[in-house]
Amino acid sequence: MTPSPIDEAAHEAGKRIHHFHGGLRLRHNKKISCRDPVERPPLPDLLIVPLLQQAGDIAEALVHTGDRVLKGQPIGQCQPCAAIHSPVSGTVEAIEDRPMSHPSGQSGPCVIIRPDGREEWFKLNPVDDWQTAGADELITQIQRCGIAGLGGAVFPTHTKMRDGRDRHIHTLILNGVECEPYISCDEMLMREQPGKIILGARILRRVLGAERVLIAIEDQMGAVQKALIGCAEFAQSKNISVIKVPTIYPEGGERQLIQVLTGLEVPAGGRPSDLGLVCQNVATAAAVAEAVTQGTPLIERYVTVTGNGISHPRNFLALFGTPISHLVACCGGYNDDVARLVIGGPMMGYPLDTDSAPVVKASNCVLALSRQDIAEPQVEMPCIRCGECARVCPAMLLPQQLQLQIRNGLWKPAQEYGLSACIECGCCDLVCPSHIPLVDWFRYGKGELRKRALENAATELARKRFEEREERLLRLKQERAEKMTRRKQVLKDKTTQQDRIQAAIRRAENKVAQKPDGQDGGTADDT
Amino acid sequence: MAEQPMTRNFEIGGAPHVPPQTTVAKVMLQVLLALVPGVLAYTWFFGPGILVQIGLASVFALAFEYLMLRLRGRPLKPFINDYSAVVTAVLFALCIPPLAPWWVSCIAMLFGIGFAKHLYGGLGQNVFNPAMVAYVVVLISFPQAMTSWLPPTALAEHSLGLADTLATIFTGRVPLEGGWDAITQATPLDLLKTGVETGRMVPEIRNSPIFGDFGGRGWEWIANWFALGGCFLLYRRVISWQVPVAVIGSVLLLSLPFWLADPDSNPFPLQHVFSGGIVLAAFFIATDPVSGCVSDRGRLIFGAGVAIITLVIRRWGGYPDGVAFAVLLMNMAAPLIDRYTRPRMYGE
Repeated sequence: MTPSPIDEAAHEAGKRIHHFHGGLRLRHNKKISCRDPVERPPLPDLLIVPLLQQAGDIAEALVHTGDRVLKGQPIGQCQPCAAIHSPVSGTVEAIEDRPMSHPSGQSGPCVIIRPDGREEWFKLNPVDDWQTAGADELITQIQRCGIAGLGGAVFPTHTKMRDGRDRHIHTLILNGVECEPYISCDEMLMREQPGKIILGARILRRVLGAERVLIAIEDQMGAVQKALIGCAEFAQSKNISVIKVPTIYPEGGERQLIQVLTGLEVPAGGRPSDLGLVCQNVATAAAVAEAVTQGTPLIERYVTVTGNGISHPRNFLALFGTPISHLVACCGGYNDDVARLVIGGPMMGYPLDTDSAPVVKASNCVLALSRQDIAEPQVEMPCIRCGECARVCPAMLLPQQLQLQIRNGLWKPAQEYGLSACIECGCCDLVCPSHIPLVDWFRYGKGELRKRALENAATELARKRFEEREERLLRLKQERAEKMTRRKQVLKDKTTQQDRIQAAIRRAENKVAQKPDGQDGGTADDT
Repeated sequence: MAEQPMTRNFEIGGAPHVPPQTTVAKVMLQVLLALVPGVLAYTWFFGPGILVQIGLASVFALAFEYLMLRLRGRPLKPFINDYSAVVTAVLFALCIPPLAPWWVSCIAMLFGIGFAKHLYGGLGQNVFNPAMVAYVVVLISFPQAMTSWLPPTALAEHSLGLADTLATIFTGRVPLEGGWDAITQATPLDLLKTGVETGRMVPEIRNSPIFGDFGGRGWEWIANWFALGGCFLLYRRVISWQVPVAVIGSVLLLSLPFWLADPDSNPFPLQHVFSGGIVLAAFFIATDPVSGCVSDRGRLIFGAGVAIITLVIRRWGGYPDGVAFAVLLMNMAAPLIDRYTRPRMYGE
């Protein structure tokens, strides 16, 4: 079988740097948070671990108020998402609704843990020798340790790896491209823990049965490349290459990065595994390495605390559940002109209304912006169809026309204009001279589509039920009618039978009557 | 470091948490800025009339903008301050004779701003280019006033100062002996059209001092300065290259075979480009995003369409120049073109 040109291009991944459509060159603003080495902040008084770490699914709590928990003990589980573990040893003070660092801004169930400071570990079960362990064993270990995509999407890693194992994957891509301004947690991780990343890469490669690993980093991350290559050489691991890509927002998006490395586009509605590729964040790889070799569950992550609203920006290795206010206090507090608190970067991050919310698996960056950084509330003007939004759209959509369809409630055209392909990167928002909140409209549109899909499914179900009921009633009616006719037939048969009996009796009587004395002679018909 | 840090509340706001890069007003201001060299050249060659017309048209445009916004119950401040009405006014003023009477602007802006723009829903909603609607309305309604063109001051026997210009525009009478006839002259395109129609040959017609190297004397230089302004807009990415390239390229390509076949009755391609409104339209009018096409391929088709219709009108139509009609006709076609030139999406 000859490989298709697409296969060939996918195998060539990383040999040449390609371009993706649109995008923006933004000011990095990363150096301010990279000056100090990463440290663990002192333990906070209380840790607040939300049971909702991922869109949609709330985990079921495995502990109760008053329970003593150990560091690394599972405290929440839910079937499709990653498990949740206690970040410290201590006591469960409460399980109650708290602000939980979620784009919805809502409160949700959180496990509140008061640390005892003893840091007693739950029994850990590392994999004995990952180089001989089977893919299933490794995936189970990843699942047990609650590893999820640390790039921000928090997609459960075991699900992605299981899908990858079942497909023919040749290349594992590790995404070290942060691309959003300000965020530097992955860069710091690559600087400080390159060995762990390389180890994680080798483990993931083994799970996938892939041949090669590409680690993509931004072209302005100086020493990182050397450190990673050095570790790969030290581990005597072949086919691991580190590739610098130009820093253009949103290159850290999975689909954009794949396009830059291969020149190929992930098919609409498809996944990178369709091209034989799997993409993981570098921090996820490091977490996998710890989970497999030491059995450590995912309970902490690198978090950048930065922005002009922070007096001393830096990176932390923070336990999940650490209140953001605690991290900020460890950075010397806020500057006076702080105006907005954002989780994530300035382009795609979501605002928080309180800093009592905790660090969760998705929190890569705490960004405190000053008044000058953010826009004054802008008057929305009508679209003048300048087309800038289409020029910068990495998904190659026509944002202004898409927005118009959504505004008019035209859901089918909105889908045709590629609503579901929007990656919500915000490039269109930034360049729009009319200040139309395009991404807000797209989020609303996507939510509406989901709602309509659910409604449609419900209507479909109701319709099916109704039809089945009608059918059943009809069938019953028919059956009843049939029964009736059968009964009638039987009755009829019975009457005829009785007639016959009567006739026979009469005949017999006649016969008797016709006997010699013949007194009772009748004229009964012989039927 | 506080043992129990105080929590703090924040106001929330939508992403991106970065000030927007531009505004409608900034876009319009850049267009106005890009028109400055051309307007200055116009003044240099044809006297101060154009400045008066720009002022008049702007005043009327803003007045009708204000009136329509009030009638429609729309907020005044953002829309008055977006400069879009001024852009319409300036582009219109550049189309009419510099000594056109004041009421021409008034009527034109009533139709351009009041009808073509606001009756269709205001900024961003107009199907037709308001400046071109304004121009075509007065061109058809007042042919006399719209064809009284001046020769370049260098060629004129009498040229008018600012006071005389004002007097002419506001009274409709030329304060000179001989009146209108003493100062007006046919435009190069008029001359060409009537000349060819009366059987004269193009090289012969071009002997008139009113012609320069390519187009009309003076006009070709104004066109150059407009092109320079257009390049500024290209550089600032206010306009995309597709429309100007398509308009000018199509004019050159399409007029070439006619000229090669019969150079006596067809002007040469560069003369087409540098005559009339082609350059202004290529950079400033056909590039209007609201009434034009959105996709790159659509913009190429739109520009080519403008060029074709202009050439057809110039060659076979009743008007010496047809850019305004061409733009309006292509405005009608723009939604359809957009529909059939939708770009491919990622992964599609």
